[in-house]
Amino acid sequence: MINTIGLTKTFDGGATAVADLTMSVEPGEIVGFLGPNGAGKTTAMRMLTTLLGPTSGTAVVAGHDLLADPREVRRRVGYVSQTGGVDPAAPLREELLLQAMLYGLSRAEAAAGTAESLALLGLTGLEDRPGGALSGGQRRRFDIAFALAHRPVLLFLDEPTTGLDPRSRAALWDHVRTLRAERGVTVFLTTHYLDEADALCDRLLIMDHGRVVAEGAPAALKTGGRTLDEVFLDVTGRPPAEEAGV
Amino acid sequence: MRDTWILFRHSVRASLRQKAGVLFGAVQPLLFLLLFGPIFVTIGTWETLVPGLIVQLGLTSTGLAGFGVVFDRRSGVLERLRVTPASRLSLLLGRVLGNAVTLVAQTLLLVAAGYAFGMRAPLAGLAAGLALVVVLGTGLAALSYAIALTMDEHLFAPVMSTAVVPLVLLSGSFLPMSMAPGWLDALSHASPFRYVLEALRELFAGRYASATVVTGVAVAVAFAAIGLLVGTRVFGERAA
Repeated sequence: MINTIGLTKTFDGGATAVADLTMSVEPGEIVGFLGPNGAGKTTAMRMLTTLLGPTSGTAVVAGHDLLADPREVRRRVGYVSQTGGVDPAAPLREELLLQAMLYGLSRAEAAAGTAESLALLGLTGLEDRPGGALSGGQRRRFDIAFALAHRPVLLFLDEPTTGLDPRSRAALWDHVRTLRAERGVTVFLTTHYLDEADALCDRLLIMDHGRVVAEGAPAALKTGGRTLDEVFLDVTGRPPAEEAGV
Repeated sequence: MRDTWILFRHSVRASLRQKAGVLFGAVQPLLFLLLFGPIFVTIGTWETLVPGLIVQLGLTSTGLAGFGVVFDRRSGVLERLRVTPASRLSLLLGRVLGNAVTLVAQTLLLVAAGYAFGMRAPLAGLAAGLALVVVLGTGLAALSYAIALTMDEHLFAPVMSTAVVPLVLLSGSFLPMSMAPGWLDALSHASPFRYVLEALRELFAGRYASATVVTGVAVAVAFAAIGLLVGTRVFGERAA
């Protein structure tokens, strides 16, 4: 579903955010990207969603070449950024329809698809409110609903649960699992929470200074009786709790 | 095309939700009409003043359209739209045309007030003038977005509200530049808004086939084209 070879991003100032990223994600996997702040997780994700052009390297995302065919990639992937995309002033239903119609859906198709996504995410009935009237957990689920507007095969989630209370976080994990179970969606997410990575992800990539420094299933990474926190500390030299702001 | 249309309708609906904002954008030129117009007509005519106030309106209202895009960037809406397959041009054009329609609505308000004061212009001249306003508004909004997305967002408001003052004055909004001393007249020739404004005055006076009109229309079209070109580039790169 994702194959990258040597993906690199150097910014104008000369800072290299992502260095030589080579990795793959299989269809149906839930893969987590871990790493300290500034490790390059978001930059990598923004490259994979066509929002940022790589300095060098290539990638095939959802069956299409990232550089040659960015529009075909956009048609097939959904992306939830760290900030999300809920307009606090606009009625959600209208925004959801707009989003779906920009993927070429007719108004009727957009309405049907939106209703289905809202049901899946437990949001039915909330779509007539303005975005500003939602709780944090609801807002985050609406962010996902926006990203599902066109039934993507691959979903990118950038820190989907940061700032949420434990109950909302657990609920969101369930929704992500449901998405995979019912729609076969492949999920690629970043997170600061190691318990989240452990509970939700099939496989983890730990990034530091723009490079992948460890990779494997959570259980496989926890060698020698170490916890995931200890593994993180060992490979990045920094404790994860600090990064999560806990 | 379809994406532009969808985004345009969305943008117009958003403006309709903010009717007070649309109205407020037109308050400044309306105040000039009310408190400066009666003095101006002792030496000039309402038909000269109202086109000037339309250009002022465009600069002070549509010229600050970039505010909206700064807000949408902050809330993540812009990035959400940018991951769709919609072309970057349509993302910009849909919004910009929405701003142009807002400008037309504000212009109609101003023209209606002008009529109440005694301005008389032929219908064909008004219609042609409004078409020119759409072109002008498109260019202004597109450039405003480009500046808003390039500049530090906290600087945008103070810098732009200051920058529009010389632009309004140099266009000859309040007094025609033919009255200005040579150096000022020469300087104002560097402003595209002068040409558009002179064309508007001709149209309001019922003169359609003059060289001034042709020049004004050409300048407005070129201005809009450059605005859209720059705007699309910036929209594609920096709208994160």
